[in-house]
Amino acid sequence: MRSRALPIATALLLVLALWYVAAAALNWTQANGDLLGTMSLAKPLLPAPHQIAIEFWNSTAGQRIDSKRSLVFHAAVTASSTLVGFALGVAIGLLLAIVLVHVRVLDRALLPWIVASQTVPILAIAPMIVVVFGALGLTGLLPKAVIAAYLSFFPVVIGVAKGLRAPDQLQLDLLHTYDASRRRVLAVLRWPAAMRFLFPSLKVAIAASTVGAIVAELPTGAESGLGARLLAGSYYGQTLQIWAALAMASLLAASGVGVVVLCERLVIRARGGRL
Amino acid sequence: MIQRALPILFGVAVLLLWQAVVVLFDIPRILLPAPTEIFAALIADPGTLLADLNQTFFHSTLIGLAIGCTGGFAAALLIDRSPFLRRGFLPLASLAGALPIVGIAPIAVMWFGFDWPSKAAVVAALTFFPSFVHTIAGLDSVGALERDLMTSLAASRGQMLRKLQLPASLPFLFAALKVNAVLALTGAVVAEFFGTPTVGMGFRIATEAARMNIDRVWAMIFVVALCGSGSYAIIALAERRFAHRS
Repeated sequence: MRSRALPIATALLLVLALWYVAAAALNWTQANGDLLGTMSLAKPLLPAPHQIAIEFWNSTAGQRIDSKRSLVFHAAVTASSTLVGFALGVAIGLLLAIVLVHVRVLDRALLPWIVASQTVPILAIAPMIVVVFGALGLTGLLPKAVIAAYLSFFPVVIGVAKGLRAPDQLQLDLLHTYDASRRRVLAVLRWPAAMRFLFPSLKVAIAASTVGAIVAELPTGAESGLGARLLAGSYYGQTLQIWAALAMASLLAASGVGVVVLCERLVIRARGGRL
Repeated sequence: MIQRALPILFGVAVLLLWQAVVVLFDIPRILLPAPTEIFAALIADPGTLLADLNQTFFHSTLIGLAIGCTGGFAAALLIDRSPFLRRGFLPLASLAGALPIVGIAPIAVMWFGFDWPSKAAVVAALTFFPSFVHTIAGLDSVGALERDLMTSLAASRGQMLRKLQLPASLPFLFAALKVNAVLALTGAVVAEFFGTPTVGMGFRIATEAARMNIDRVWAMIFVVALCGSGSYAIIALAERRFAHRS
């Protein structure tokens, strides 16, 4: 752990330094060749990192949480559809994986389509799902959650189905000689074996559902959520607002992945140090 | 034979069921058009379709993909020279892969204008990180034994790269390409939601959805899906041809 801290810190510093240089270069004409001026424009082409940090601080700590100007409010809107979609997607994914492992015909017939559907840009149909749900009278959280779920269920199906098949024939045969039912085999052998594949899938799934929730907020003229915030910022050329929203979105995605990693650690510890 | 045909049978069955359900239960077209209606919408206006395809697939997606993949590859080659920097940048790049990078689309519009260059820029940014991470993993996949052999044969850095590391990293490069092909298309379509000239597959999907022409939306989604699966299939074929020789 300690051996990684120094290289990462160096890399971060390099990125920051490059960012400042790029900001100075890109904002040069707008600031009329004033080097210090390039760091404090109201609508810079590329804001300097500290400007984004200040904007981020002002729109999180500097606002009431239920205010439309608060990034915390928008992040909470996006986070709720992300989480509902993630839960939905993982549930469907787990169920489908278990069915696929147990029903051979379905596995043969469905799996190629599931794999092929990964090559299809699901995000592109986001606006249509939102519109169709809107026509049904369903607005707000649900359509966004459905898109997030759609994006997050694929990695779970593929990963968990692989994991459920991971036990080798010897172990399966042993349980067979004990006259274990399929449910019992699932509980004591297949499910524990799938853990190793589940967590990487969950990491991909939570990241995907965050992107899904944000994109789902774009085409509908949604008034709240990080996606709406991005869109509003781009309409009015408020670059600082866009970057602050992007920072919040990144924070949201990263903390989602972080929580999954934490769960993984807990499971590893509960199982005596290995997965 | 039957096992090969099963997925096709399943697909045909789903299409038939879809058609039957839509016709029998008289489902409103706004909710779900029948496959025949979608096909009719698909061939109704080939001019617009080709223009959209040309804009989004042949310009935004492919050019962005080329820039992003080469960029990630080149950056990985550079950074591979310094183990210290590699240890620093690799976790950052992996994290960046999990972030909603599509969100830079409005910024790209400010920098590169409304037309396809801004979409290509988003695609390039999206595809850069998987390409970078996979290339580093590939260059690193060479065993110590092979490395030692090359060193004992007095191989130069360039020879080590050309004769050992690059061939060994081919499977990783193809894996990155496969991930990126789909990512690029999605990115190009989604980036168009942030403003675009009145052409492009993402623009078409968004406007036709707003006008409730759901059959056209489905037709466009079909085209997007075809592009996605098509490029994936081409890369998979190339992989079978080039990367599985050993």
